[in-house]
Amino acid sequence: MSKSSLKQTLKDLDTKKISIRELNQDYLKRIKEKDNLNVFIHFSEENVLKQIDNLEKDNSAKKLKGIPIAIKDLFCTKSMPTTAASKILENFNPTYESFVTQKLLDEGSIFVGKTNLDEFAMGSATNTSFFGNTINPLSKENEPLAPGGSSGGSAAAVAADLCLGATGTDTGGSIRQPASFCGVVGIKPTYGLCSRWGIAAFASSLDQAGIFSHNVEDASILLQSIAGFDLRDSTSAKVDIPNYFENLDDDLNGKTVGIPKEYSIDGTPMEISQIWEDAIKVLEKKGVKIKNISLPHTKYALPTYYIIAPAEASSNLARYDGVKYGFRSDEINSLDEMYENTRAQGFGKEVKRRILIGTYVLSAGYYDAYYLKAQKVRKLIADDFNKAFKECDFIVTPTAPSAAFPLNEKQNDPIKMYLNDVFTVPASLAGLPGISIPFGKDKNNLPLGIQILGKHFDEQQVFNAAVSLERSYE
Amino acid sequence: MNNLIKGEKHDWEMVIGLEIHAQVKSNSKLFSSSSTKFGSSPNSQVSLVDAAMPGMLPVINKYCVEQAVKTGVGLNAKINNYSVFDRKNYFYADLPQGYQISQYKFPIVGEGKVTIDFKDGTSKDIRIVRLHLEQDAGKSLHDQNPSKTYVDLNRSGVALMEIVSEPDIRTPDEAGMYISKIRSILMYLNTCDGNMQEGSLRADVNISVRKPGDEYGTRCEIKNLNSIKFIKQAINYEAKRQIEILETGGSIEQNTMLFNTSTGKTRPMRNKEEAHDYRYFPDPDLLPLEISKEEIAKIKSSIPELPDELKNKFIETYKLSNYDASVLTAEKQTSDYFNETINSDPELKNHAKIVVNWITSELFSLLNKNNQDLNNSPVSPENLGQLIKLISTNEISGKIAKDVLEEMFSSGKTARQIVDEKGLQQVTDQVEIAKVIDEVIAENPKMVEQYLAGKDKLLGFFVGQAMKLTKGKANPKMLNDILKQKLNKKN
Repeated sequence: MSKSSLKQTLKDLDTKKISIRELNQDYLKRIKEKDNLNVFIHFSEENVLKQIDNLEKDNSAKKLKGIPIAIKDLFCTKSMPTTAASKILENFNPTYESFVTQKLLDEGSIFVGKTNLDEFAMGSATNTSFFGNTINPLSKENEPLAPGGSSGGSAAAVAADLCLGATGTDTGGSIRQPASFCGVVGIKPTYGLCSRWGIAAFASSLDQAGIFSHNVEDASILLQSIAGFDLRDSTSAKVDIPNYFENLDDDLNGKTVGIPKEYSIDGTPMEISQIWEDAIKVLEKKGVKIKNISLPHTKYALPTYYIIAPAEASSNLARYDGVKYGFRSDEINSLDEMYENTRAQGFGKEVKRRILIGTYVLSAGYYDAYYLKAQKVRKLIADDFNKAFKECDFIVTPTAPSAAFPLNEKQNDPIKMYLNDVFTVPASLAGLPGISIPFGKDKNNLPLGIQILGKHFDEQQVFNAAVSLERSYE
Repeated sequence: MNNLIKGEKHDWEMVIGLEIHAQVKSNSKLFSSSSTKFGSSPNSQVSLVDAAMPGMLPVINKYCVEQAVKTGVGLNAKINNYSVFDRKNYFYADLPQGYQISQYKFPIVGEGKVTIDFKDGTSKDIRIVRLHLEQDAGKSLHDQNPSKTYVDLNRSGVALMEIVSEPDIRTPDEAGMYISKIRSILMYLNTCDGNMQEGSLRADVNISVRKPGDEYGTRCEIKNLNSIKFIKQAINYEAKRQIEILETGGSIEQNTMLFNTSTGKTRPMRNKEEAHDYRYFPDPDLLPLEISKEEIAKIKSSIPELPDELKNKFIETYKLSNYDASVLTAEKQTSDYFNETINSDPELKNHAKIVVNWITSELFSLLNKNNQDLNNSPVSPENLGQLIKLISTNEISGKIAKDVLEEMFSSGKTARQIVDEKGLQQVTDQVEIAKVIDEVIAENPKMVEQYLAGKDKLLGFFVGQAMKLTKGKANPKMLNDILKQKLNKKN
């Protein structure tokens, strides 16, 4: 597959080497061909053609004019339904546009469709969606692989070259892990860099929008477009957004990389330890100082995450009650019955599991032992990183403990599924930016990912390290 | 003071604490920009945030925060520089988010107190535990359709201040005085419109009974009372209910009660086991609320004179009684009216007590009779001042003045106009009064005889006859004096 980059495409459009219509028709053709991957929950050719028509009439210069972008179906969009991959929002048509997608629209991009995800972003394989599994485009015939999750549809859309970039959300690894599984670049910026306004909430203190793309340069262009302060989100940060792309600098000479010893976990496949070592060697050659660091509370990150995220989710998802919008059960004889049946029938198994866990950890008598303690541990985890970043400029780890696994492998074992997030969750709890870039393959020729973590709002350093590793790998 | 109530077996004491919910006076809601106007058509003031659409986020309304701080200052309370919004989770059809944003562990206002004044001149402090900000829910309308419930979200998200008292209240009257005092403070501060009928101010009442000197008993909470009358009724009924149970050997279950305003009875809504587990936790959509000392100082400096300060000023300046001064300052409109009246003429400052009486008895009774409010009184403070001056300078009698006030009230004319038009000036001419008296004595020889024989009561008859002849205009004191003089001369 020879995929054109966003950077190149922008040049080609600028020099009229290709028209917006030609470009998008090429993508439309591929989207239709790859229908079997079940990448999109919503796709309408008509809608794409309408967007092309409108852009052709528009003479103003726009940064992403005509660029095909796929949108995770957790972002509310006016022109397309928004389902969060849940039956409970099956026919929901927002009257409003999320902050992130509005920014992309303002810059002239074309939305090719709404991508599949785990229901309400709860999952690591895009297999909890009401609309069925998405298949990893790298699967061999008759051996379907999971694309990772929750943003598996967006990762697959980029991997299958159905768009030049895609939006995702990352709560505990939902961008970085699928990026790793699908062999694409995925960045989760610092918590607060992109407004959450208009994104159906999973866990408010962790949810963060981000980008999938073919390469680091493209990610740097797209992230700049969706970042920025928003008055409507009280947790949105008032920071200047640099021109990440213009500032890209692959010269890491004199920088220090932190290598956390706690990320060497028993049972991690050799191949993953190998690419990690490879990455470190590459950096060393580039004049980067290698610093062994310790993030002592790492082992508590996963249990901490699986208390805090479900707790917030149990409350965030209370609004889906059948009263105001979305699915409502037909079997109603009382208000309580309406709630019970609507939510029993409207939510899938994993969502219900997390609502139950979250309700439990917040309940009277358990709050202190679970939620409050988890909040304290979260603080310790954040402190670990703060200390570590006094000694290094960025941190390098593997993204996930495995390559893409077969589609239904961990379906019935939630704990195994949760372990997928082991390397991504700590940075989520600390609110730090992290990127996953493809770096090496396993014995089945499946891509593996390297994760680069940076200081709060130091996305530039993350991009610089990523682009440097990417270029050396190519 | 005996605050005890008699049971069958012995005396009981009530222990009462109030949770007052006061709607913050603000044009927009606590976390959204929709309007808070009362009485608009259903669901016409609902933003995406109020309806809890997916992905919508709350943003704190700074004005509501200022209003809460102001109120805290008015309640002599500690303002907390750091407070946190929590989610109180429960399901109800008119609670769109499935949780109410409230403050739990860290309220914006801490401990304070208010003073209530009794008629006998004594007063009492009621301690405040805290004041916190929270969102109101919408309204479920059960009476629009026989088989359906409709939901109106206009009120959803409106800012409330919950003011929690210590259980310092001992009688239904104290409860009434306490809520009146809070209402008065809020209205002076302009932080709540105080309209109990529209539900801008309502209270949950916690009540238990005990034998004097005992530990607190088990309490019940009566929910959502929106008038002082109902609060007193509910407390009385509930106290009797509890006493009856205890005196017959039973024990009180810690229940949440509802008060039926037509039967005057309370009934259990849910018991302790059925109580919600609200699963409070800090709202991750909102940052902790931090208010600097400078901001608090700025808000403090913007606060108007409060009822207690004003009361003390009235007592000192006009030598009014504590009770008169507290009646006068209970509502801002009353104290404003008093101030304007007494300042309308320098002469009136020496007759403050008369001014109080004319406002709080004569004018108030006219207003009540006509279902009107002091705010739109047809008699302006200046006009009332003029009337009182006519009395104090003996130009008209107090009795005539009442008629004049009635006419001022209905016609809008000034006292002077009415008195001049109708020639109501008091007759203070001794010769003229003596003439009238002579006439009365001459016309009633029998009565005079009886009077002189010792029937003193007949003096009133002669006064009445003389007043009749002068159309009530004779100066009563002069009339009395001359009449006595003349009758006694006959003896």
